[in-house]
Amino acid sequence: MDTIQAILNSMLREAISPQTAAVAIAAIGLNVHFGFTGLLNIGQSGFMLLGAYGFAISIGHGLPLIVGVLLGFAAALVFALVLGAPTLKLRGDYLAIVTISAAEIIRYVGRSALLTDFTGAAQGLQGVSYRTPFTNLSFFGDGDSTLSPFNIYDIAGGAVWVRLVGWLALAACIAGIVLLVKAGRARPTVARRASRDAGGRLTPAAGTESRADLGADARQVTAVSAPVRRMGIGALIALSVFLLFFLMPTSYQDTGVSGWWVRFVAWLLVAVCLLVVYLLVRSPWGRLLRGIREDEDAIRSLGKNVFAIKMQALIIGGLFGALGGMLYVLPASVQPDSMGRSLTFFCYTALLLGGAATIFGPVLGAVIFYAARIMIKGVANAYIPDSIMNGQQTEQFSFIVVGVALMLIVIFRPQGILGNKRELRFNV
Amino acid sequence: MSESTVARSDLADPATRQALMAGVDATPGSAKPDSILVVDNIVRQFGGITAVDVSHLEVQRGIITALIGPNGAGKTTFFNLITGFDKPSSAKTGAHWSFDGATLDKTSASSVAKAGMVRTFQLTKALSRMTVMDNMMLGAQGQAGENLLKCVFKPLWSGQEKAIEEKAKELLQRFKLLEKKDDYAGSLSGGQRKLLEMARALMSDPKMIMLDEPMAGVNPALTQSLLGHIQSLRDDGTTVLFVEHDMHVVRHISDWVAVMAEGRLVAEGPADTVMSDTAVIDAYLGAHHDTDLGDDALLSDQAMVEIQQEVAAEQAEREEEA
Repeated sequence: MDTIQAILNSMLREAISPQTAAVAIAAIGLNVHFGFTGLLNIGQSGFMLLGAYGFAISIGHGLPLIVGVLLGFAAALVFALVLGAPTLKLRGDYLAIVTISAAEIIRYVGRSALLTDFTGAAQGLQGVSYRTPFTNLSFFGDGDSTLSPFNIYDIAGGAVWVRLVGWLALAACIAGIVLLVKAGRARPTVARRASRDAGGRLTPAAGTESRADLGADARQVTAVSAPVRRMGIGALIALSVFLLFFLMPTSYQDTGVSGWWVRFVAWLLVAVCLLVVYLLVRSPWGRLLRGIREDEDAIRSLGKNVFAIKMQALIIGGLFGALGGMLYVLPASVQPDSMGRSLTFFCYTALLLGGAATIFGPVLGAVIFYAARIMIKGVANAYIPDSIMNGQQTEQFSFIVVGVALMLIVIFRPQGILGNKRELRFNV
Repeated sequence: MSESTVARSDLADPATRQALMAGVDATPGSAKPDSILVVDNIVRQFGGITAVDVSHLEVQRGIITALIGPNGAGKTTFFNLITGFDKPSSAKTGAHWSFDGATLDKTSASSVAKAGMVRTFQLTKALSRMTVMDNMMLGAQGQAGENLLKCVFKPLWSGQEKAIEEKAKELLQRFKLLEKKDDYAGSLSGGQRKLLEMARALMSDPKMIMLDEPMAGVNPALTQSLLGHIQSLRDDGTTVLFVEHDMHVVRHISDWVAVMAEGRLVAEGPADTVMSDTAVIDAYLGAHHDTDLGDDALLSDQAMVEIQQEVAAEQAEREEEA
């Protein structure tokens, strides 16, 4: 029981860590590129590394925090312009080739001994050199805090039955969220069918689709209106987050190197990024992005400047990447080798797992991806004897399992967790 | 200007159109009374093959012009060239074309569409993973919400969005797609996609619409309704240029026909005149189309020699021309 609790605890810690938030933001940027515009950017880590360097180097040289952030963004902006200008007029594959190699070039330049004074070469930049202005901003004060203060140990000292009830309640909450989301999905088709009925034009030719609708009808016993459903989902999510922290009390320093302050800022920024992406993609501009993803020539024939729109999308996604990069190095250090190709692929895994071209997909994907990796590692460590797999091997094993899981997702659930299967069906 | 608008609305009447085009020479590259599109010296070579070599072509405003020609005549390439999807090889040596008075030599495909010349594609480009409504909404031009800086603030574009949506619904109604508006375009049938593409092109109120084989792969019933749509477009004052293979269709709706063969413009004129033109018949059926291949006389040595001589003469003629 304690082992399981320990594994669950470390999963939660990983899920809320600022680096998970950073990858979530980078994946949000990748979603703008890949999910909405169809730009195959395989160099998101390049954007992240540039953002991190711009931020860390300028602060390390005594510039104020805000200038450091702006310089990080400026570096990513220039990077996007340089990459986009020659490739965005060509077919999509060229952007993929150019981004992956450009990201590697950035990493190698960062490692180069010639630039030791700026980038610290392969050793990188220590967090101490740039973290202070950020931690000074904290209004959380010193000391430690546990979230949540009222937790499982306050009821019967954390007895087994309390835990079981808590976990059952959490499972019920998650099931409720899934059901409510699914009910929301079924609504439009049911409504349209009804209107067809009214027009008397319902034809038996509708075939499988109408049968699927009937299924949705049967499941939807009580009709819930959209605002009520949304509030219900929100309340259930809040309740499950509370239950998580209730079941697994987590304590960190209030400010510190990697405490609540950086976590708070990181997840606040994730929320801001989600809002920005939501505002962007619901607009006619977002519609243009999806149009470009479907067929550039068609959009061009409708009098839209495809190159400019693609460039805007590349820049915006790149800026998200840079922001992710800055957050990624805040609780740690700038290590060019830790921000290489594999980081890009983690972003892609998070994106595909959560669902490309959805708003919340990248965040959900990042959280699940990092938590699942820790779970695999923890379980392998705890239950597989060292003679079969030692600690170092479990680390590698966790990556293998993640890779296999990614393949299975792409094969069996290509739309990810939140994606729309109907949208994917017409993949011509 | 008022004069031309009067003329335009009159063009719904077939007699007026006939009278208008009666004064035009039925020769390739003839001058039109009021041409909306003028193309000069446009050449496109793919390696050694000259796909398009049109020295002069004018398209009359307000009527339906058909562009016909056998497979490989360069019709679609010609479309691509004048709509900015391809660049002529003669770009630096005098290629020139203008639309509605504005020069289009170096403009991109999107600027061509903005100028009012909107095209459709031979292989329909419906945006499959978007709804029919979204497809339509993309067609409207000058949308404030497509500006990156304005798109975040909904009040700046929601009014315009509603107006566009109304217009889209009207067009969908006209093309009988309204009940499909929330379906994904990928779920439509081939013919419906053609309709959708045409409706989408009309969202921008183009001055001229260029249809690349609008009837290909469409059943006869739908062909009828498509023809009706094209004619009503003309009657509303839009100039139509379309590529088509079906001669019945061409004869039925076109007011003027231009014929291409081997990249060149070989004939022009009203449908009836053009179809009896020897150059056209040769292009479609070959110069020896009335020779009976089953005739035993053909097998005689003398006949073979005659044909060889004829071929050699033609070859020499062509070389001379080149």
